[in-house]
Amino acid sequence: MSTELTITKAPAGLEGPGFFATNIDKVVGLARSNSIWPLPFATSCCGIEFMATMGSNYDLARFGSERMSFSPRQADLLIVAGTIAKKMGPVLRQVYLQMAEPRWVISVGACASTGGIFDTYSVLQGIDKVIPVDVYVPGCPPRPEQIIDGIMQIQELVRNEPIRRRNTQEYKALMQQYGIQ
Amino acid sequence: MSELTNVYIAEKIRNQFGDAILSASEPYDMLTLVVNPSIAHGVINWLKNDAEIKIQFLTDVCGAQFPEIEGQEFCVIYHLHSLTNNIRIRIKSFLPASNPIIATVTDLFESANWQERETYDFYGIIFEGHPNLTRILNMDEMDYFPLRKEFPLEDGTRTDKEDKYFGR
Repeated sequence: MSTELTITKAPAGLEGPGFFATNIDKVVGLARSNSIWPLPFATSCCGIEFMATMGSNYDLARFGSERMSFSPRQADLLIVAGTIAKKMGPVLRQVYLQMAEPRWVISVGACASTGGIFDTYSVLQGIDKVIPVDVYVPGCPPRPEQIIDGIMQIQELVRNEPIRRRNTQEYKALMQQYGIQ
Repeated sequence: MSELTNVYIAEKIRNQFGDAILSASEPYDMLTLVVNPSIAHGVINWLKNDAEIKIQFLTDVCGAQFPEIEGQEFCVIYHLHSLTNNIRIRIKSFLPASNPIIATVTDLFESANWQERETYDFYGIIFEGHPNLTRILNMDEMDYFPLRKEFPLEDGTRTDKEDKYFGR
């Protein structure tokens, strides 16, 4: 039995016998991006596609998201998949507020992104009305490959995020915009 | 016991309530009575307690709006079922938009509780005597009754649709 292991490449740095020096941002980014704990917030058919994504066929675990976190307090990535009714809006916001920084949000499917076909009085017209979103995955519903692509884009964001980004004025202004302290 | 046909039941109800039964018809073979709103509760109570018809099950309560019929803009529709006799009866009551109030049937059927709340939630029809007539499906902050025809179905906050492509 052959065992081919793929190991993530080390970031650029200064290497010598017995030591390796690099940027702490890059090390933290590398660690975070390969161990994202997602919290699935699945309300409808996109949620079924997400289940396929994390199941053995598509196997989201290959990207470091082995553990689904069903508690927001131990989650890094909020995956909102499905139609969010206006009545659900405050619940979603509460879940987001309970997540610890750093946190990322991915909006899966047309409904979560814009309201989709539900242009109606009872449906929230995109979750970005109540919480900030990092990556939008289009589709109705998107295929598991698309969801994986969205998560890989999140990984890319996580990998390149400076550790002080959450302290910047720009980030605080974004949070302020949503009324989040 | 004679056979419980629609004609027989309609006749029996007519004998009991007289002119308060405004009309009786049989769309798709289902006996449909239009009754005066003041006796809707009485008719349902009578059907439930009648030894022959034996209605035990309130299948559905819902509302409807007909803005073009003046003085009868709102309608409350009750679907009743007798499990013993396998009979279904539909009862309609029309209410004016100025005063859409009708007596609750929660005292007869517990199942009416949520269904009447739903009807109130979407049409603003008041069920007098209901133990907890509050919104049930829509968010509590909503300040109108969304299925009334004077309100638009679409959400005003939609930003990604060009109105001209969607006939708005």
